[in-house]
Amino acid sequence: MLYFLDITQARCPMTLVRTKLKLSQIDDGDLLDVQLLEGEPFDSVLRLVQQKGHRVKEIRKEREYYHVLIRKQSSVSSGTES
Amino acid sequence: MIDFSRQQLERYSRNILLDSVGVEGQEKLMNAKILIIGIGGLGSPAAMYCAAAGVGTIGIVDSDVVELSNLQRQIIHFTGDIGSPKVASATEKMEAINPDIIVKPIQVSVNAANIGSIVDGYDFVIDGTDNFPTKFLINDVCVMKGIPFSHGGILGFSGQTMTVLPKESACYRCVFHKTPPKNMIPSCSEAGVLGVVAGMLGTIQAAEALKFITGAGELLADQLLTFDALPMNFRKVKLQKNPKCAVCSEHPSITELQDEEQQDCDYQAGA
Repeated sequence: MLYFLDITQARCPMTLVRTKLKLSQIDDGDLLDVQLLEGEPFDSVLRLVQQKGHRVKEIRKEREYYHVLIRKQSSVSSGTES
Repeated sequence: MIDFSRQQLERYSRNILLDSVGVEGQEKLMNAKILIIGIGGLGSPAAMYCAAAGVGTIGIVDSDVVELSNLQRQIIHFTGDIGSPKVASATEKMEAINPDIIVKPIQVSVNAANIGSIVDGYDFVIDGTDNFPTKFLINDVCVMKGIPFSHGGILGFSGQTMTVLPKESACYRCVFHKTPPKNMIPSCSEAGVLGVVAGMLGTIQAAEALKFITGAGELLADQLLTFDALPMNFRKVKLQKNPKCAVCSEHPSITELQDEEQQDCDYQAGA
């Protein structure tokens, strides 16, 4: 399934908090398209994806916003937050 | 000599029972003036405990208003205080804990121009701030004016604190010469902190303040106390006064207070 998250109006650090929440709500294998601004939101979402072992499928720019397409894949899950 | 009322005797009984505090120590507390700069995570527990201990005059400095995200750790502020100035919210709770004390709320942002007059007259200062430029400013003004203070900082699950006795023990600049480069400072999204960590460290800072006033025990002078709440490890690192320190040495290069550029969160979009 493909999900969409717009964090262009979120204020740091809610950018990351919202992304973490959405990732925790979707299943392994699902795709999440995050619409965001460059700078901190972009840096922190990428950092999160790397840390948690999810896959970045695509990064694109549409008009003034970036999109990061993530495939959720939990590594060995400890049962705590994603 | 203070004439304790029956109520005061009862209120402070647990302090008075302590050999290291006693009646004399309690009197010292009631005559003392402590300044707390920043009534956020660290300042909240510090202010509450200083009020509870009966510190006679407590100055509190903060320019901010209470926000929802503060409530997870800034334990002196409640949901109903959102939107109110932090110093107003704090004053109300401190006076409710102990009507004996005098609270001096100062709703300003400290800077090189005003900090000198703000700290004047206080016996001890508690640094409850959350940014490097202000920490260095507090260090510099306290060293220059000879006012002992407690430095404190928290992040994640960790905390660190040291007590500075100007010209006698290591100051903050002896150890941490200047503000780190911007890319070494955590951004807002990396700046999570467990609420209790603020309580742990702020309370230790208040303990140092009370010990200084009463003369009890040994202070964290020439020592940096660090802790990591995850393994719950506490550690003391020995410090030394730096003979070439920019501010506290015999020939300081810093003789005037200066404002450093504040690192504002660059990344704020929308509401």
